[in-house]
Amino acid sequence: MPNMSQTKVPIPEQDPKVRARNFEEVTLGYTKEMALEEASRCLNCKNMPCVSGCPVGVQIPAFIKKITENDFEGAYDVIHATSSLPAVCGRVCPQERQCESKCVRGIKGEPVGIGRLERFTADTHMIEGNTVIEKPVSNGHKVAVVGAGPSGLTCAGDLARLGYDVTVFEALHKAGGVLMYGIPEFRLPKDIVQKEVENLKNLGVNVMTNMVIGKVLSIDELMADGYEAVFVGSGAGLPRFMGIEGESLIGCCSANEYLTRINLMKGYKDGYDTPVLKSKSVAVVGGGNVAMDAARSALRMGAEHVYIVYRRGMDEMPARREEVHHAMEEGVEFLNLNNPVKLLGDENGRVRAAVVQKMELGEPDASGRRSPVAIEGSEYELAVDTVIMAIGTSPNPLIRTTTEGLEANKRGCLIVDESMHTTKEGVYAGGDAVTGAATVILAMGAGKAAAKSIDEYIRSKA
Amino acid sequence: MFRILEKKVLNPNVTLMVFDAPFIARKAKAGQFIIFRVDEEGERVPLTIADADPDKGTITLIFQIVGRSTQKLNALNAGDSIADLVGPLGVATEIPEGAKNICVIGGGVGCAIAYPQAKTLHKAGYQVDVIAGFRNKDIVILENEFRAACDELVLCTDDGSYGIKGFVTNALDERIQNGHKYDCVIAIGPIPMMKFVCEVTKKYSIKTIVSLNPIMVDGTGMCGGCRVTVGGKTRYACVEGPDFDGHEVDFDELMHRNGTYKEREAECRMMQLADKA
Ligand SMILES: Cc1cc2nc3c(=O)[nH]c(=O)nc-3n(C[C@H](O)[C@H](O)[C@H](O)COP(=O)(O)OP(=O)(O)OC[C@H]3O[C@@H](n4cnc5c(N)ncnc54)[C@H](O)[C@@H]3O)c2cc1C
Ligand SMILES: Cc1cc2nc3c(=O)[nH]c(=O)nc-3n(C[C@H](O)[C@H](O)[C@H](O)COP(=O)(O)OP(=O)(O)OC[C@H]3O[C@@H](n4cnc5c(N)ncnc54)[C@H](O)[C@@H]3O)c2cc1C
Ligand code: SF4
Ligand code: SF4
Ligand code: FES
Repeated sequence: MPNMSQTKVPIPEQDPKVRARNFEEVTLGYTKEMALEEASRCLNCKNMPCVSGCPVGVQIPAFIKKITENDFEGAYDVIHATSSLPAVCGRVCPQERQCESKCVRGIKGEPVGIGRLERFTADTHMIEGNTVIEKPVSNGHKVAVVGAGPSGLTCAGDLARLGYDVTVFEALHKAGGVLMYGIPEFRLPKDIVQKEVENLKNLGVNVMTNMVIGKVLSIDELMADGYEAVFVGSGAGLPRFMGIEGESLIGCCSANEYLTRINLMKGYKDGYDTPVLKSKSVAVVGGGNVAMDAARSALRMGAEHVYIVYRRGMDEMPARREEVHHAMEEGVEFLNLNNPVKLLGDENGRVRAAVVQKMELGEPDASGRRSPVAIEGSEYELAVDTVIMAIGTSPNPLIRTTTEGLEANKRGCLIVDESMHTTKEGVYAGGDAVTGAATVILAMGAGKAAAKSIDEYIRSKA
Repeated sequence: MFRILEKKVLNPNVTLMVFDAPFIARKAKAGQFIIFRVDEEGERVPLTIADADPDKGTITLIFQIVGRSTQKLNALNAGDSIADLVGPLGVATEIPEGAKNICVIGGGVGCAIAYPQAKTLHKAGYQVDVIAGFRNKDIVILENEFRAACDELVLCTDDGSYGIKGFVTNALDERIQNGHKYDCVIAIGPIPMMKFVCEVTKKYSIKTIVSLNPIMVDGTGMCGGCRVTVGGKTRYACVEGPDFDGHEVDFDELMHRNGTYKEREAECRMMQLADKA
């Protein structure tokens, strides 16, 4: 008999007041009892609507059923068959817009906590699982992967399992992409990411850090070196600024810089040399996941006031609901329908205030969202000493500009066909480099699709 | 890990190190830089590639010991290794077409960066004069190297303890007044020095290339920390630079932004002193 409770089994979380000052994980995860209880809310629907909401098609009812049978390793195997980073997706997927949005239990009450169960399964596997990873027999073909974000790592893993000799070239000193430098420790512990990278290495994948492709080696040189195909998963890391007066003052930086200093460079930890801006009052401009992460990080770095300044309304915010909710609980102040037009500096050239204009919602725009319109004469000064820009990123032009034959659209995103093949023979691409800033699971889906195409391509040549 | 093959103390504050870095050595061109991290806890710090030997697979770095990271690096010796070394980053120096006579100006440790420029240009057949400025005699570096890499070397010290007394800007102005014709000036050194050189060359409308040193994190165009204003536009020095047209650079803004982490850096130096005590 399924558990007919209309709400998800609550997930234990650190108290908001306490966690707003530490970098430990916010959500603590289900115990076995909780997982069993939540799993029993699943109706095991024949037509599996939830699966259609998952970009990689995780067999959701099947893995949940294994949980109800106390077969946690079995559950893990089901998820792992389609998703190579379950511990990551269980934590950061926007489930409310993907799998959970399609769950029939969501029609009346809350959907099944698919993400929470996925996380439970992956975490349990990490502690108790004992799958010995065996290095597949090499098929003698070499493939290069550029970028060690979720798309690149997924592509590398899938190809390695098929016997390819895969080398991943990563520009930074650690593999993981946004999972390492962007998403904060309190949402996604870095140990988990590194464990996944270790698993890939055990599969035989060669990960070379400190390799900026386009500088140290070009794609053409890789191909001349015997790599028969190249996958480009270089992400969308180029930050945008607003172009307003005062952005070059001390105290104004991109969310990427702020988060990289804190996450990748561990600026929050004693003993690390990385300097991070000291702030009393912070304005984070933007309304996406990146803005929430920057705001919540700023609180944890000791700021007294942290504002989200976003030009649209609460309903239009692209961030995951859970992150908005967590940020509010922790004390982030939301200034919706507000837009900075200028930053003011003090005598030392440090930001002292943002001049902010109020907005109202007008007619729906091309994206279907009601577009914000400035209210004349509504400007006011918001006293802040730090302004973090989280208004979007675009693909880094480095690879595009150093690779002849690789074409991009006018937003700088690489052009690919349905098999993830770019405009250059043997070169495939996926993830944010193709779509612009999107999600972890979509990047992984693209990496998977590309691996399949690369395998077909190389076998067709042989 | 990247191994240090050689270490040479050039003066009490400036050290030269040769690293085993075959990938970088193969590609490095004058004007490009690397980013290093000494260890797991270290910062990412940019340094110009002073020399590269593609056959031996080595690169040479020359650095001034200013703060925590350069102190940590300086504490190592030949045979030791550092955690990370990435490069070559940035774009190589581009000499304007048609230029024949070039004046390379180095200030202090900037000479470490000016040296490979002079050497490359000299080898490529340009007429190269070098003006190298130092605060005093004790900190003069690379004198012999420079002599071998240019047509004429003018050495100046602020206090006159060696070479000509005065700033590099005076020496430059004087030479131009005395009839030396330059098609292009390359200025590398402290920000105020580059700014004043540009003021001189502007008077004579001589194209001037400067090598900027904003604060950097990733060096790949991902953080925007290295943004500088050139000709009224925001440019990312790590991918579009570090060389820019000196007459277009907003030096005051750069100087100012480089002070962003002053407090924290002072703290780090204190920690270092405490470590030693
Ligand atoms: C702060 C933040 C929070 C986010 N939160 C969420 C979330 O909660 N849920 C969610 O689903 N998504 C989230 N996202 C989006 C998600 O992280 C990305 O969509 C995803 O990481 C894209 O993966 P990718 O593999 O395409 O690229 P990336 O993760 O960007 O990885 C690209 C990698 O390529 C490397 N690279 C770039 N150029 C080169 C080169 N020339 N040579 C070698 N290597 C190179 C980069 O250093 C990087 O490591 C967030 C993003 C950010 C920034
Ligand atoms: C492209 C590039 C090439 C460079 N090449 C060389 C080189 O060949 N040799 C060399 O000695 N130095 C070079 N520098 C400068 C060097 O990176 C800094 O001196 C270094 O960051 C100091 O690190 P630290 O931790 O030892 O000192 P910190 O404690 O970080 O800083 C000490 C002092 O240096 C200032 N400072 C911090 N960062 C920079 C910076 N990027 N540039 C200038 N001043 C800074 C601080 O304001 C402070 O006063 C280069 C910088 C760039 C951006
Ligand atoms: S991978 Fe993401 S979308 Fe798919 S089932 Fe898991 S949490 Fe849902
Ligand atoms: S739709 Fe919901 S209830 Fe139905 S199988 Fe999927 S998770 Fe279970
Ligand atoms: S150093 Fe980060 S963008 Fe240039």
